[in-house]
Amino acid sequence: MAPKRNAAAARSISPAAPPPTIPAATPSSSFAATTTTTTKPTLSKPSSSGGGAHPSWDKLVSNVLAHYLDTTPQRTKLLDAFMAFLVAVGALQFVYCVVAGNYPFNAFLSGFSATVGQFVLTASLRIQTAEANKGDFPAVSPERAFSDYVVCSLILHFFCVNFIN
Amino acid sequence: MSADPLQVLASAGKGESTRGLLRVIILLLIAAAAIASRLFSVIRFESIIHEFDPWFNFRATKYLVANGFYNFWDWFDDRTWHPLGRVTGGTLYPGLMVTSGIIYHALRALTIPVDIRNICVLLAPACSGLTAVATYLLTNEMTPSPSAGLLAALFMGIAPGYISRSVAGSYDNEAIAIFLLVFTFYLWIKALKQGSMLWGALCALFYGYMVASWGGYAFITCLLPLHAFVLICMGRYSTRLYVSYTTWYALGTLASMQIPFVGFLPVKTSEHMPALGIFGFLQLLAFLDYVRAAMPSRQFQTFLWMFAGGTFGLSLLGLVLATSAGVIAPWGGRFYSLWDTSYAKIHIPIIASVSEHQPTAWPAFFFDLNMLIWLFPVGVYLCFQELADEHVFIVVYAVFGSYFAGVMVRLMLTLTPVVCVAAAIAVSTLLDTYLRAKLPKPEEIQAAEASEGKKGAKSGLKSTSKPVVGVYAIWGKSMMVSALAVYLLIFVLHCTWVTSNAYSSPSVVLASRLPDGSQHIIDDYREAYQWLRQNTREDAKIMSWWDYGYQIGGMADRPTLVDNNTWNNTHIATVGKAMSSSEEVSYPIMRQHEVDYVLVVFGGLLGYSGDDINKFLWMVRIAEGIWPEEISERSFFTPRGEYRVDGEATEAMKNSLMYKMSYYNYNNLFPPGKAMDRMRNSLLPEVGPTLSTLDEAFTSENWIIRIYKVKDLDNLGRDHTSAAAFDRGHKKAKKASKKRGPRRLRVD
Repeated sequence: MAPKRNAAAARSISPAAPPPTIPAATPSSSFAATTTTTTKPTLSKPSSSGGGAHPSWDKLVSNVLAHYLDTTPQRTKLLDAFMAFLVAVGALQFVYCVVAGNYPFNAFLSGFSATVGQFVLTASLRIQTAEANKGDFPAVSPERAFSDYVVCSLILHFFCVNFIN
Repeated sequence: MSADPLQVLASAGKGESTRGLLRVIILLLIAAAAIASRLFSVIRFESIIHEFDPWFNFRATKYLVANGFYNFWDWFDDRTWHPLGRVTGGTLYPGLMVTSGIIYHALRALTIPVDIRNICVLLAPACSGLTAVATYLLTNEMTPSPSAGLLAALFMGIAPGYISRSVAGSYDNEAIAIFLLVFTFYLWIKALKQGSMLWGALCALFYGYMVASWGGYAFITCLLPLHAFVLICMGRYSTRLYVSYTTWYALGTLASMQIPFVGFLPVKTSEHMPALGIFGFLQLLAFLDYVRAAMPSRQFQTFLWMFAGGTFGLSLLGLVLATSAGVIAPWGGRFYSLWDTSYAKIHIPIIASVSEHQPTAWPAFFFDLNMLIWLFPVGVYLCFQELADEHVFIVVYAVFGSYFAGVMVRLMLTLTPVVCVAAAIAVSTLLDTYLRAKLPKPEEIQAAEASEGKKGAKSGLKSTSKPVVGVYAIWGKSMMVSALAVYLLIFVLHCTWVTSNAYSSPSVVLASRLPDGSQHIIDDYREAYQWLRQNTREDAKIMSWWDYGYQIGGMADRPTLVDNNTWNNTHIATVGKAMSSSEEVSYPIMRQHEVDYVLVVFGGLLGYSGDDINKFLWMVRIAEGIWPEEISERSFFTPRGEYRVDGEATEAMKNSLMYKMSYYNYNNLFPPGKAMDRMRNSLLPEVGPTLSTLDEAFTSENWIIRIYKVKDLDNLGRDHTSAAAFDRGHKKAKKASKKRGPRRLRVD
């Protein structure tokens, strides 16, 4: 639990992350812990950055939020929650690396790339299973996508464990 | 003419399964031909490891097989780079050795006892068979015509550009790496087309294997991001690109970091930054793509500008900070020499001194690729005609590969696959057009239309707007087809000729023709190495120029000062200094490095061009790079700027250790005043050089290898010059006549 709580802090530090969509996923998802931790920054961030810069910024974000809540199926929201969690953990590791130094560089790299790799794999799974992208993947059924996902994750974590020293 | 047998053939191969079977058989035959054409050297000479680098790979493989994988991984080699040693396990690409080790153990498990040497010798031909198959698969992704794939496989199998590095016995990293290169590209195209994680992961795995095998993996690391970038710039971003690229990058980078020699390089050096940059860029694009679907377009515009601008500014700032803080290493010297061909000559003579790092001369393209080189642009043009994602890859690869092949002779190797693929597309399109036996019917208009563009390109006429222009006349078809057939036959002849004449010499064993036409084998290298192995202490240190380091380690099994793994420029320069200075300077250097024997290669008697006197200027240059005030290249040229070895040679030249060792006692072979260097065609001075700190220990049959023993310190505490002078004076009085007798006997 600890990393997640800290993640909230980490998140609000790094402004370039894509928070507007992803954290919004969580309100209705089943991961209570992730929900609470990840929604907070979203609420605070748009208001802080949007308030000064642009008048339509607020509306824009709320638009996206509404669209997201309307159209995303429950399972995909689950994936999004997981991705948000990965971003949080990754950001936490990065902040640790910057603040406390990267001494066991192997360990940092494999930990960080595990989160990044898992993130892109999950994103790929999300893309492949999305209804809207059906036409892009004639050869990939959702079941195939999931089995691919499992295989790739296994490979990823094998390398990470091997590299961590 | 060609219609009748063709129809027979077509009716024979009507069924889909028959065609499949035929295709497999043809592919197998092609693979067999690829293997067979690489066996010239084994048949002509023997099953022997070639050249220089392969000797190290062979030695490492033997170590791996004898001591197991873990010992190999932790191998510290104290028999090279004396007195430094080399952490060999951590500074090599283990893919090649591990592959042969696995094959060896697999065969042993099947109770087929094969000598590890034979596995090493035959690994490259075996891999070339696999390369042909991989090229077939890659080409099949490009075009629906199955003949293109088979043609590409055939071209790849016998193209001299690839054979040059994969004949039997050239047990080098490239032997296996080209197969992995082509196969990784195939998997990448497959992943991109299907947008599948699994193919992406397979691509990453083979990329990891490639990283483990060859330093040229950077070519893939740069080419795939470039392809992705070009696609994005063309507005062809798709979710499939996202899935395949990110899967490849995330897994492939991790896989590459498993190799100790690569380690953290993928996150620390500039060569790998494009891949990382595109990875980040794709994340951004995917996010934007998602947001675009969620909001109206006008809002999206403002959003896009703010978001993209902010991110770009931030990442640029980050990159500048990281580079200036030294987190990301700047480009390495070898890469600079790829952009500026004269860079290495000025700054890093050791890179420039390697012949395969020279820019390519244009005849080399014809020599190595023959007719493929002029079919290559046609194939690229045909790719432009369709220009799906995979065709963009071929175009990008062609541009990239051509540039690099032009810059460095060695990189002809990476160009060859794309040339084969493009040429095969061209030839098969031609054949498909002209071999169509039937007259075009209205239903076939579409098919004819497709091939029309290419014909228009050939004749320069615009004929695409007409309804259909098939090739009706039988004579036109037969002429075209027979011309192509002749070209293909000539291509096969050329490839065989080049392979047999240019690329099948082991360079350890030389062959020459006697006046009566029979073959004469010159085996001086092995004679000398065998002498070293039998007549010297096991830990006798041998000093030679770095070219021969691996061979001495592999064949003579003696420690060397420098070898072909040129990681320590200073150490090499030290040897260069010892070779190019006078004896008084060289002797302390040799004593400090505990040198027992010095080995030089001398081609003057035989007219052998690859000898040390011809390489001597590089030794001087490399030494000058470290000690500019002690060694100067200018002093080895005569006032008129000539590099001479005869009576008019400069003092620096005549006093250099290399010169003395090469020509010591050489004039005793000839009648007085007639000593002739047949390599450089110059008459040597009547009085040969004298050596006072070295003793001649061994000279091979044709004088190619000469080995000298470094004298111990003088017993009476004199310096060697005066001791030698004393000896000479003593001997001259007593047995001047005797001295020449035995030498001549021995030589003749």
